[in-house]
Amino acid sequence: MPIPASMLRWGLPPESREGGFFARIHLDLPLLTGLLLLCGFGLIVLYSASDQSSSQVERQVLRLLLALVVMVALAWVPPDQMRRWAPWLYTGGVLMLVAVLAIGDIGKGAQRWLDLGVLRFQPSELLKLAVPMVLATYLSRRSLPPTYWRILAAATMTLVPVVLVAKQPDLGTALLIASAGVFVLFLAGIRWRLIFALAGLGAAVAPVLWYFMRPYQRQRVLTFLNPETDPLGTGYHIIQSQIAIGSGGMYGKGWFNGTQSHLEFLPERHTDFILAVLGEEFGLIGIAVLLCMYLFIILRGLYIASRAPDSFGRLLAGGLTLVFFVYVVVNSGMVTGLLPVVGVPLPLVSYGGTSLVTIMASFGVLMSIHTHRKLMPT
Amino acid sequence: MAEFTVKDHRQEEDLFLRRGLIAGVLVIVALVAVVLRLVQLQLVRHDHFTPLSQDNAVKLEPIPPTRGRIFDVNGVLLAENIPAFSLELIPEKVGDVAGTIERLKGVLPITEDDVRRFKRLRKQSRPFDTVPLRVNLTEEEVARFAVVGHFFPGADIRASFMRSYPLGQDTAHVVGYVGRINEAELKEISSSEYRGTNFIGKTGVEKSYEDLLHGRVGVQEVEVNARGRVLRVLESHPPTSGYDLHLYFDVGLQQEAIEALGEYTGAVVAIEPSSGGILALASRPSFDPNPFVEGIGTEAYQQLRNSKDRPLFNRAIRGQYPPGSTIKPFIALAGLETGSIGYTATRYCPGHYQLPGQSHQFRDWRKGGHGSVDMNRAIIESCDVYFYDLARNLGIDQLAKSLGGFSFGRKTGADIYGELGGVLPSREWKRASRGQDWFPGETLIVGIGQGTFLATPLQLAAATATLANRGRYLQPRVVKSMEVPGSNEPPKPPPAEVTQIPITKSKNWEDVIRSMTSVIESERGTAHRIRSPSYRIAGKTGTAQVFSVGQNESYNEKRIAKHLRDHALFIAFAPAEDPKIAVAVLVENGGHGGSVAAPIARRVMDRYLQGRQLVAAGR
Repeated sequence: MPIPASMLRWGLPPESREGGFFARIHLDLPLLTGLLLLCGFGLIVLYSASDQSSSQVERQVLRLLLALVVMVALAWVPPDQMRRWAPWLYTGGVLMLVAVLAIGDIGKGAQRWLDLGVLRFQPSELLKLAVPMVLATYLSRRSLPPTYWRILAAATMTLVPVVLVAKQPDLGTALLIASAGVFVLFLAGIRWRLIFALAGLGAAVAPVLWYFMRPYQRQRVLTFLNPETDPLGTGYHIIQSQIAIGSGGMYGKGWFNGTQSHLEFLPERHTDFILAVLGEEFGLIGIAVLLCMYLFIILRGLYIASRAPDSFGRLLAGGLTLVFFVYVVVNSGMVTGLLPVVGVPLPLVSYGGTSLVTIMASFGVLMSIHTHRKLMPT
Repeated sequence: MAEFTVKDHRQEEDLFLRRGLIAGVLVIVALVAVVLRLVQLQLVRHDHFTPLSQDNAVKLEPIPPTRGRIFDVNGVLLAENIPAFSLELIPEKVGDVAGTIERLKGVLPITEDDVRRFKRLRKQSRPFDTVPLRVNLTEEEVARFAVVGHFFPGADIRASFMRSYPLGQDTAHVVGYVGRINEAELKEISSSEYRGTNFIGKTGVEKSYEDLLHGRVGVQEVEVNARGRVLRVLESHPPTSGYDLHLYFDVGLQQEAIEALGEYTGAVVAIEPSSGGILALASRPSFDPNPFVEGIGTEAYQQLRNSKDRPLFNRAIRGQYPPGSTIKPFIALAGLETGSIGYTATRYCPGHYQLPGQSHQFRDWRKGGHGSVDMNRAIIESCDVYFYDLARNLGIDQLAKSLGGFSFGRKTGADIYGELGGVLPSREWKRASRGQDWFPGETLIVGIGQGTFLATPLQLAAATATLANRGRYLQPRVVKSMEVPGSNEPPKPPPAEVTQIPITKSKNWEDVIRSMTSVIESERGTAHRIRSPSYRIAGKTGTAQVFSVGQNESYNEKRIAKHLRDHALFIAFAPAEDPKIAVAVLVENGGHGGSVAAPIARRVMDRYLQGRQLVAAGR
């Protein structure tokens, strides 16, 4: 992929430009604005999706505030500090995953929670941050691109938590953690030959995975291929959400007017399938606006990554941004019937607290990377 | 050096910028793909989806099928569905669940067990699912709730069918019971087939025939208003009811067996040799399966669990006991068929047996010995020394092979869920289970059915039926036929496995069976007391040691605590010349097979063979 080095920096401002009030309080104004707009838009949709339940919206606002506090707090932590934390965070997270498998509460058929008394905590969420952190730390210690041995080591560090989470079984989170590992490695510059070889291998191994799937996971794949076979079961989600989106048309049926959503045809409409409510009530325009917000946030994240002063910051910021992107694509893909149903929420819009905090935390990390800059020796 | 680092840094940054650029392109491509998909759904196919969403005032609802009933051989109902009312909550609609339950306590008698079960079930369900709080409401309670129901949004009375077992204890170990679907089961079943179904077979026939009993779910299209309330049913694909099962099992015979066991703990299994049909399968004590359907209370369950008689334990199919001397006819047959010994050849029994070069004395149950015995006398008097010698001559490998043909050491494959396979000792078994080599002395112990040799009463009955059948082994079956109400083509139950044990000489079988009739008919027979004037019984007594007696001690029944006393066993079939029934009886700590177990078998055979004649004679 030969892109001339001279073209790479087109449009990027000189490095020493950043400053001002927001930089001093370690916030990135464009990113913060994008996030707040997105959350606000999300609350509007949620108010309708929850059947105008102000209690649910209030609860979501409280979670949002908590998540913002976490974001700001992390933004104040210098990246060097994170680099030191990374191995501990990672090891602790993996140990907790093992603990969850051993003693975890069984809720919704999946062992995901660890009851810490005051709050129930999902260690798998922690790994969404810890995996890119530990990989960025590890890979940036030597010059890039990494050697094959270092790639192998990094891949192992990713796979251990992925397998543990998949065993819970929480396919959605496992996918997100795996994508964090893959993207950090990709950004670290592993050879294209290796990328294509691994992709080919993956395609070859996929049928073998079938034998390791649980019955309900197989069912999901089968119904994804042909939803009509099981209109009462898993296929129901897919069919109903496509009807909701499709009937929304260009401009939508209007706020609170989605029949699919309000007649309870759409399951999990305020959590994983909230995009369908948006599509039904605000139409293609509504979703396009939402996707533009996501695009802005992701591009801003990639920009922050490209401006980071060292490899650690670049890899971490880039990896976290692309995980956010995976959230968006997997959720919108599954709601529109492009991808099989896996439990991945629409980031910052779906009702629910745990992923909200993790996502905001990762943006806190981005802001920290962007606003803590050492003076480079010139 | 410094220059080198800077150059390296620059190069890494270039590398990252390239990759970042590619990632950015990937992001845009993926989002454009989503937008294209949306254009397809929302613009191109908009006209296709609009009517669909309008028709979506039409909702699909599952109609759970009616579970098949279970009847005994005479058409007596063993498992049925009775209408029942329960109070159910939808947590999402209730909001303050704990408070609502507290307030409901003022209206209905809600117990701590109810609340506990509710919490457990709620954890397993989604917030918009309905969860039962109090089940089996009386009509008065239903009426009482109806008056105040509108104060409790999200709480509702639901009518449904409940499984009921009218004969309770008498059939619990055969029919089993259903209970609420738990999480492990949820993963095994098809979630769409079980939409609307709350119960699943947990044990017995209810579990082994779950697929057939359950039926197939139906679907109805209903029109709903803006609040989701059903206005009218538009179209309905009715569910297919589960199959009704008709068993070989005879409740009258079962009750006779239970009565005959009296206060003893034990098991009785009766099989029809010609079909392999299980006529009776009693395990005493038993339990009432009905409370298990809606989830038994913790206290009641603990009581059952901790009872020292273990009523939940199905001794007939899961109780593994040394077969004792009841194994002797099978070993005698192996001796004859392999030519290891002749029917009339004699051995001298001095009351004990020693392996050459070993000091250990293997004792005979009769201290003074039986003197010179041939096979006939060895079976009639149950001489241990004769069988020590025969077992030694056959060797453990031949013993394991011959006895294996009678389904010792493996599950019979009967269609009652949960049976165990017992243990048929062999070199391979011992190496696999204990990692030890076989000792010659152990072969002798196998010869009298003691030691590590274990069999379930069901295995013993199946083996006896095979003997009665002259080597034809029929897998025991409890389900005889099945039917769907309103269907002319009754499906066939899964066929029983039939195997024939190779026969060298049929006279050998007749000789052994003749000796077994002498066990009852001869004055010296160990079961002489159950002789019947109206039909001939072939049988064999047995005693299974619970307590091992030291080399220089003697077994004294009166001095030993009851729970260490020997188990009494008896196997029999009748009429000897044309077997209609084969029975195995086990009485825990009953003492002697001849005095305790044999009379129970006699009562069961009387009822089966003569009860039918009495019915036929119009009495």
